[in-house]
Amino acid sequence: MSDSVPEAPTAATTATVTADGGAGESGSTTGATIELENLTKRYPGSAAPAVDNVSLEIKAGETVIFVGPSGGGKTTLLKMINRLIEPTSGRIRIGGEDVTDMDPVKLRRKVGYAIQSSGLFPHMTVAQNIALVPKMTGWSKSKIKARVEEMLDLVGLDPAEFRGRYPRQLSGGQQQRVGVARALAADPPVLLMDEPFGAVDPITRDHLQDELIRLQRELHKTIVFVTHDFDEAIKIGDRIVVLRERSHIAQFDTPEAILTNPVDDFVSGFVGAGAALKRLNLTRVRDVEVTDYPTVQVDDPLQTIFDKLRDAGTNELLLLDKRRRPYKWLRRGDLMRAKGSLARAGTLVHDTVTRDATLRDALEAVLIDNAGRVAVTGRRGEYEGVVDMETLMNSVHELLDADRLEAVEHQHELEELRAQQTHQEQEGEGGPKA
Amino acid sequence: MNFWEYISTAHQQLLADAYQHASAVFQCMVVATVIGVVIGVVTYRSEWAGNLATTTTSTILTIPSLAMIGLLIPIVGLGVPPTVISLTLYGLLPIVRNSIVGLRGVDPSLIDAASGIGMSRMARLAKVELPLAWPPILTGIRVSTQMLMGIAAIAAYASGPGLGNEIFRGIASLGSKNALNQVLAGTVGIIILALLFDAAYVLIGRLTIPRGIRV
Ligand SMILES: Nc1ncnc2c1ncn2[C@@H]1O[C@H](COP(=O)(O)OP(=O)(O)OP(=O)(O)O)[C@@H](O)[C@H]1O
Ligand SMILES: [Mg+2]
Repeated sequence: MSDSVPEAPTAATTATVTADGGAGESGSTTGATIELENLTKRYPGSAAPAVDNVSLEIKAGETVIFVGPSGGGKTTLLKMINRLIEPTSGRIRIGGEDVTDMDPVKLRRKVGYAIQSSGLFPHMTVAQNIALVPKMTGWSKSKIKARVEEMLDLVGLDPAEFRGRYPRQLSGGQQQRVGVARALAADPPVLLMDEPFGAVDPITRDHLQDELIRLQRELHKTIVFVTHDFDEAIKIGDRIVVLRERSHIAQFDTPEAILTNPVDDFVSGFVGAGAALKRLNLTRVRDVEVTDYPTVQVDDPLQTIFDKLRDAGTNELLLLDKRRRPYKWLRRGDLMRAKGSLARAGTLVHDTVTRDATLRDALEAVLIDNAGRVAVTGRRGEYEGVVDMETLMNSVHELLDADRLEAVEHQHELEELRAQQTHQEQEGEGGPKA
Repeated sequence: MNFWEYISTAHQQLLADAYQHASAVFQCMVVATVIGVVIGVVTYRSEWAGNLATTTTSTILTIPSLAMIGLLIPIVGLGVPPTVISLTLYGLLPIVRNSIVGLRGVDPSLIDAASGIGMSRMARLAKVELPLAWPPILTGIRVSTQMLMGIAAIAAYASGPGLGNEIFRGIASLGSKNALNQVLAGTVGIIILALLFDAAYVLIGRLTIPRGIRV
């Protein structure tokens, strides 16, 4: 059950070692664990703490999202990780190392930080902004220059075009990209992001999210990401922390588990309507069963096609073109009516999905198709199988059942853990008295 | 003798006075800028310290310049010292005030970002806050200079350097044939100097304000 737990610290140790050894152009630093232990922040002058006794373990290389209501203390919790806000009490460990009392300036150079308004310095060019942290950490000039190019490439901006621009000469989305590039420039194992895509339009936000997912697949940093937007959370996160007021953890689980099994009304309120539909976004066509369909190819002799039509269990064939791409759906009567001409028979294939498409995309295609099925294609558009309404429904039911089981299991674990803690606390209190 | 004839006969003296005038103002401005920005940097973070600095420097400005020099003469004597001290004190207000306003006006999210990426307090001040506050500070310096140009004329009262001597000589001999010419020459000289300095500041602004924040 918890076999994977011992692995995390090992990965973290290697991460810290490489980080200290100086990050080179080759082989970037992967994530480190983050452990928060009984973190509390009480702002001077306010009665209730903004963050109240939060404990949290984030695995190395994981993307964890904080979602919660405005004023709930998400930013405060995030900023305590790099100690932009000093905790009133509690401990912070990164990669196993206690950083609660470390020099905060040193700590922050190992922790990337990107914020909503991009935080780019308007009086510096894009290149100067990105070069800041490597420069402060004492990299050589040539290494910094190469790194700036590399980072711009990484976030999808052409170095030649953007290197010399000032932030005000960039669009909001481009500024955010540069902000992320700056945060990653010195190759920190941990990246903190506070609503980084909060201020851009929905389409750009969607692009930036995709970009971040791609980046993370390459880099395996430990990312802590704050957002208001639950859909953003399920799209990006490996795990989601739903926080209520004062950063009390309402639920900390995978997007799947939270969608199918929100622990209480607060969490379901956050998940919002259409949880089952949102769940479809999290599974790809490659994860479900694709049925095989009888096919013929355009250059097959007509007789073979006739035979197949007669023998096949269904009354329909999928006609593939010369490169085995889905071309036409052929029914029994079609060839007769077209007097044996393949060019005129059947209905053209309008839509196909790849194995990378989400189940939601597949469902959309199936709904639009008048016979309720869609062809699945490989990388070069070649036929791989078919998904229809029935397989989709079955897969979704299976998924939801599995999610539910998993969530119940998680909950049991949590309850056990809590019971243990209370037990220990009671013993601890009882001890001195006895 | 008309004005132009007067200029041609007295131009040597006028040029020397103008040079001394400009040099006194320039040197006092350098000192006032350094002190003013330092006061700004030290006080802007605290509400009351910043207000105290602004109030103090603006109180100084309300002291009549003649009275200020009069008060300084018994302490530091005649000539250059009272001139330099009073000009520097008068020059402080616009610089202190604009430094504080400029530093306080830096977008808090940029300060947050600067600390967040691991800049120390000094690095943040030198690389982010001061460069961003520089345009208003430069405006303060410009206003200060304009002000000091006029005030510096009073220095002649304490036998200080500058075009004020020309004006005072004229006033002292009112009714004589050159009195008006002298006052006029001193005044016009000061105006020309002020315009030249202003042009220099525009140039300095072009050279020192980063392109990314130039308006
Ligand atoms: N510097 C501060 N001084 C005093 N109180 C603060 C300070 N910063 C935040 N707070 C308070 O702490 C609470 C949590 O604020 P925080 O910014 O962490 O919330 P948040 O979850 O990030 O909200 P949002 O989603 O709106 O960004 C709020 O009630 C806020 O008023
Ligand atoms: Mg916030």
